[in-house]
Amino acid sequence: MKFWQRGDPFIWLTGGALALCLAMIAGLVGIIVYYGAGVFWPQDLTLLRLKDGPPVMGKLMDRQPIPGAAGRYRVQLKVGNRDAYGQDFRWVDEDAIAERETPTEAVVFERIEWGDTHGFIAALYAEERLLAKGEGVWEVLQELLDQVGELDERIHTLERGELDKLNRAIDDLRLQERRLQREQNDAQLVANEVRRQALWDEHEALSERLDELREQQERWEVEVALAGGETRRVAVAAIVRAYRPNLMGVGAKVQTYLSKGWEFVAGEPRESNTEGGIFPALFGTVMMVMLMSLAAVPFGVLAALYLREYARQGFLVRLVRIAVNNLAGVPSIVFGMFGLGFFVYGIGGSIDQLFYADALPTPTFGTGGILWASLTLALLTVPVVIVATEESLAAVPREMREGALALGATKFQMIWSVVLPSALPGILTGVILATARGAGEVAPLMITGVVKLAPDLPLDAFAPFFHLERKFMHLGFHIYDVGFQSPTVEAARPMVYTTALLLLTIVLLLNLTAIVVRNKLRRKYATAAF
Amino acid sequence: MSKPLASDQANSIVEVENLNMFYGETQALHDIDLSIPEREVTAFIGPSGCGKSTLLRCFNRLNDLIESARIEGSVRVSGRDIYAPDCDVIDLRRRVGMVFQKSNPFPKSIYENVAYGLRIAGENRRRVLDEAVEKSLKAAALWDEVKDRLKDNALSLSGGQQQRLCIARTLAVEPEVVLMDEPCSALDPIATARVEETITELKSDYTIIVVTHNLQQAARISTYTAFYYLGSLIEFNQTEDMFTNPRNNQTEDYVTGRFG
Repeated sequence: MKFWQRGDPFIWLTGGALALCLAMIAGLVGIIVYYGAGVFWPQDLTLLRLKDGPPVMGKLMDRQPIPGAAGRYRVQLKVGNRDAYGQDFRWVDEDAIAERETPTEAVVFERIEWGDTHGFIAALYAEERLLAKGEGVWEVLQELLDQVGELDERIHTLERGELDKLNRAIDDLRLQERRLQREQNDAQLVANEVRRQALWDEHEALSERLDELREQQERWEVEVALAGGETRRVAVAAIVRAYRPNLMGVGAKVQTYLSKGWEFVAGEPRESNTEGGIFPALFGTVMMVMLMSLAAVPFGVLAALYLREYARQGFLVRLVRIAVNNLAGVPSIVFGMFGLGFFVYGIGGSIDQLFYADALPTPTFGTGGILWASLTLALLTVPVVIVATEESLAAVPREMREGALALGATKFQMIWSVVLPSALPGILTGVILATARGAGEVAPLMITGVVKLAPDLPLDAFAPFFHLERKFMHLGFHIYDVGFQSPTVEAARPMVYTTALLLLTIVLLLNLTAIVVRNKLRRKYATAAF
Repeated sequence: MSKPLASDQANSIVEVENLNMFYGETQALHDIDLSIPEREVTAFIGPSGCGKSTLLRCFNRLNDLIESARIEGSVRVSGRDIYAPDCDVIDLRRRVGMVFQKSNPFPKSIYENVAYGLRIAGENRRRVLDEAVEKSLKAAALWDEVKDRLKDNALSLSGGQQQRLCIARTLAVEPEVVLMDEPCSALDPIATARVEETITELKSDYTIIVVTHNLQQAARISTYTAFYYLGSLIEFNQTEDMFTNPRNNQTEDYVTGRFG
């Protein structure tokens, strides 16, 4: 009895609950960081000489007991060479290993296609002519890689610049022609025909130049000797990066780590998203969150202001409040359905008919896009903003309001100059919560505009710069796609963890920024209420 | 009940006639008749819930904010009926300022707090604002303490300073009447003394009505005192007479400390 009255068990209960929560969160973050942060580290290549069969070489990934055989262990090796072996990973019984080596000359080739190749450089060829062999071959390869890189840049500039512009011009012309056909403007059609021919000629010339450059690139080949002794040819142009991990010191490894990390953050995805970068997804996520906040925050705050400050507090307002609270609990996929039906097909379809009739039946706004996805998520987060804003408005002390009114302020002046500043930190807290929820939401996006691969960003250098009708990539969907929809799950797993880590970091950064802003405001408008 | 009268008052600025005030079905004030003299300090005393604060808030129509509040009778400030339909509430509140029980500076700088009343009235000329701020802060005896940090947040001031800032803020719009609702109840004795000093100094320029629970305070600062009980005005007289020679038994019981 006395024990209960003292309240000790309650302290233990509350403390325990907190500890459990923290442990779960720490576990989540810990696992993601553990698996995600090390992915880009250039691991040593291990050559295993087996008692029977040819030797294998790769990165040691895992070691675990063999199921059903007590005391025996097996190791998992990432052998690479998917095109040669048919699989990236291989389990080897420790009992079958005769010898372990870390050969200094072993090279990891990261390729544009087919994943990594592990092996030794046998020779370098230029159009079937032997270029280098044995001593000094590594240095020659570096030179070739530099040259390929330069060519790559030129090709990229051409593709992104002139080719893109030409394609746009041709597409514009096509739409124009369709309108002219409808209007039966034959004279103009003939003129257009001439112009189109000119554009196509230009296009062809450009394509030829590009082909030439590509051919130049593809002249060089490297002959790789695999661990088992067989050799394979790899085009130098297909190599993203080559390094000899067993020769590298910590400094060089850190450099490679950073370079791979940068490629991950700033690069385009390869190999159905399981390799390369995730920049489009990163960009899409951040832009979507911003568009969403832009739509949700002003509306939420204004609605809450009316509900709390102007509306006559009665049955109707109570009903509205209950409805808003319930809306915050509706499953997000339901919002997704609504977004698809209302925004995409309803509003988007109407916009198409009114303004983009020439492009029909190809939809412009009448299909999923970043605008509709953002608006759907804004709808999802607006209740959170309303509830939080209302609560912080209610927390502004009555004395403060009366103080303003007693000085002859109108209600609007009171709200604008006294109530809103005091409530701002609390409103921002709600905005943070809402934004974080929106940034982590995936389900409604899947049916309102997110795609597996969107080569064009929704923001670029071509007028009108913001292409809000475009489909976009999203980190949350990317995790689902890479983790569960990719052909090689094992190879994609590290990508899932790194992407999750990045998503976590972004949400954290968004929140931190908002918290810093809020604390600044709080200091400025410090009141007893918060 | 005898009609309470204040003797030999020169000019009255607030005149209350047959005032009845209700919160929904509950009557909070009964038949109040009262004339408050100009440029004097008048104290409202009485036990908690006797309606003195409610009456005070009738003078600047702050009770309008309470939806169930209803009023009968008339209140005139400077001869104008403030409950007449054509009365401008915003203008009334500029003429009748108010200082609250809990100091309530706005989350702004000291300067902006004092300038607030003028700013919302549309005054934006820097020179005018500067002058008004300095004058009001001097009148509220706060100028010397804050003149070097006018840009600081008002909430960095101490409780007593905050309350004097609220007085300065009220004075900045140059009201005719200043209502004070227990201005010292949240302050320590030293801060209370400073605020009382300020009130005494303001007497020559402003009409001040102070609600207080502190009988000594009423005796110290006021020229006239009104005693309320259960929503009725029991006695209104010069403070000296009220405390030494009360006309009413209830008043006598209260001021001598037999109840309340």
